[in-house]
Amino acid sequence: MLKIQGLTKTFFPNTVNEVKALRNIDLTIKEGSFTAVIGTNGSGKSTLLNAIAGTFIPDSGSIVLDNNQIDQWPEYKRATLIGRVFQNPFAGTAAEMSIAENIVMAMKRGESRPLTMAVTKKVKDEIADRVRMLKMGLEDRLDNPIGTLSGGQRQALTLLMATWLKPKLLLLDEHTAALDPKSAAKIAELTRQIIDQDKLTALMVTHSMQQAVDLPDRIVMMHRGQIVDDFQDEAKKRVRTHDLIDTFDRVQKRELFDESVAKLLLAQYC
Amino acid sequence: MNLIIGAFTIGLILSLLSLGMLISFRMIKFTDITVDGSITLGASLSAVLIMAGWSPWLAIAMAFLAGSMAGAITGILHTKFKIQEILAGILMMTALYSINLRIMGRSNIPLLDTKTVSEGTKNLLLQSAEGGKNILILGWPVPVSDLAFFITSLAFCIILAIVLTRFLLTHFGTALRATGNNPQMVRAQGVNNNTMVVFSLALSNGLVALSGALLAQYQGFADVQMGIGMMVWGLASIIIGEALVGKSGIGITITGAILGTILFRLLIAIALRWGLNPNDLKLVTALFVFVALVAPYFFKSFSKKFLRGSNHA
Ligand SMILES: Nc1ncnc2c1ncn2[C@@H]1O[C@H](COP(=O)(O)OP(=O)(O)OP(=O)(O)O)[C@@H](O)[C@H]1O
Ligand SMILES: [Mg+2]
Repeated sequence: MLKIQGLTKTFFPNTVNEVKALRNIDLTIKEGSFTAVIGTNGSGKSTLLNAIAGTFIPDSGSIVLDNNQIDQWPEYKRATLIGRVFQNPFAGTAAEMSIAENIVMAMKRGESRPLTMAVTKKVKDEIADRVRMLKMGLEDRLDNPIGTLSGGQRQALTLLMATWLKPKLLLLDEHTAALDPKSAAKIAELTRQIIDQDKLTALMVTHSMQQAVDLPDRIVMMHRGQIVDDFQDEAKKRVRTHDLIDTFDRVQKRELFDESVAKLLLAQYC
Repeated sequence: MNLIIGAFTIGLILSLLSLGMLISFRMIKFTDITVDGSITLGASLSAVLIMAGWSPWLAIAMAFLAGSMAGAITGILHTKFKIQEILAGILMMTALYSINLRIMGRSNIPLLDTKTVSEGTKNLLLQSAEGGKNILILGWPVPVSDLAFFITSLAFCIILAIVLTRFLLTHFGTALRATGNNPQMVRAQGVNNNTMVVFSLALSNGLVALSGALLAQYQGFADVQMGIGMMVWGLASIIIGEALVGKSGIGITITGAILGTILFRLLIAIALRWGLNPNDLKLVTALFVFVALVAPYFFKSFSKKFLRGSNHA
């Protein structure tokens, strides 16, 4: 279970560039549930995932994952509990190293790395077995540098790596956004399959309303560093893409209204 | 023949420098300038220890440790104190200049008639040469002591190359290589990339200092200036090695670096023989590295232009 309380992050505080990327976020995610995070550009979705993964230490608030208070842990230590797939298909793998070497790194995620041979025959067979499930023919190319693969293939492997050792939490940040529609659909399907199979707890940022409706069992909507809507259980089952878009519009209108009111008031008082 | 054996021996000794630099420059992609200081550190420390009566083996072991410490400090300056990698290396290198002078107490220590790591090999050879001072190789008489040092350096080189290759293929070594490739991915797999950088620089500069220690024993002196330009030297050797054998696979890369260093040494011996002024050596080396770095881009844009031209025709 993931429990976030009062999470706040401001970039460039007390300067003209100040960005309140996360404002007092509370979010609890049940074990084994799959949650989508949607929201406009710059609403803080990636920042939320980065705060959980430990890319930076939050200004305030607590993050508890699987009974560990992790908000002060460095990024590499949080990786013992968390698997990640990034938006950029190149971010999750080491391009010059072979497929097998990349996967072998993931087979020891968060464990100590002994001075024994990494890629043995036995390990390679084990890798080939699981890579075969991707049905991309990659099992015959385990010694090729991973940089020679397409974005979709690399993303599939990154997903496999993130879940090779079952993580307490899987973080997906628009992991299909940089792919062509066909590859995107394939990775989305693969994501659902792996999450179902291993009963993973997952948090996925997406811009695709269709994905948000189809894949997960909960949708959280963010705006300006806050959670503005939350569709769970029955509400999630009923929700359709146009409902989400309507909600978007409503949130944005309310904001426009807020701003114009603020301006009016300012004009009156100054 | 003596000249060739000499060039080979220095080439083998400097291979350790290249192997060290392979770890920093190629594996973790860290432009480490500490090298110029740590090779002198290895030379001066081992020279002083030998003069103080230490065994040459212990002396080179200490050189390795001292070099590792210097490398680790560069790494810490970069990772903990967020100093740019080049500046971190320059700081350490500059500090080492004074440290080396302190260690030696003066700018130059001659090692005349002191024992070297090749002592054992030399005695074996003397036995087989039945007391003679020379051994015939392809009809040329070669001094036993030279041959002994050649064989010892060769053994060093082969053993270290094998150990290093095996090491880089372990789980730990794989994580080390990935650190230079994609630190973000390495962190996401639960590895502290900063620790990896510090460790790699320690190992790298340990090897470089080892190379310096052997060089001092072979040349018969340690000099506070001897490290100047060594980094460019090592880089040139690595580039030649890559041109010779390519970059496919760890074992091949390591073999390439060794071959590259030896070939570079031979080329220099030949150039000097042909009358190249030794004072110009560093200029020539720098030019060579410049050309090697720029040539690939030049050829690419050249062939592009050429292709475009033919398209128009
Ligand atoms: N490392 C950073 N330094 C400074 N500002 C940042 C940083 N990361 C994010 N921000 C700012 O925080 C705000 C939220 O950004 P974030 O990337 O979380 O948005 P997002 O919801 O993921 O948007 P998108 O849909 O475009 O990916 C933005 O205004 C962004 O400019
Ligand atoms: Mg984002």
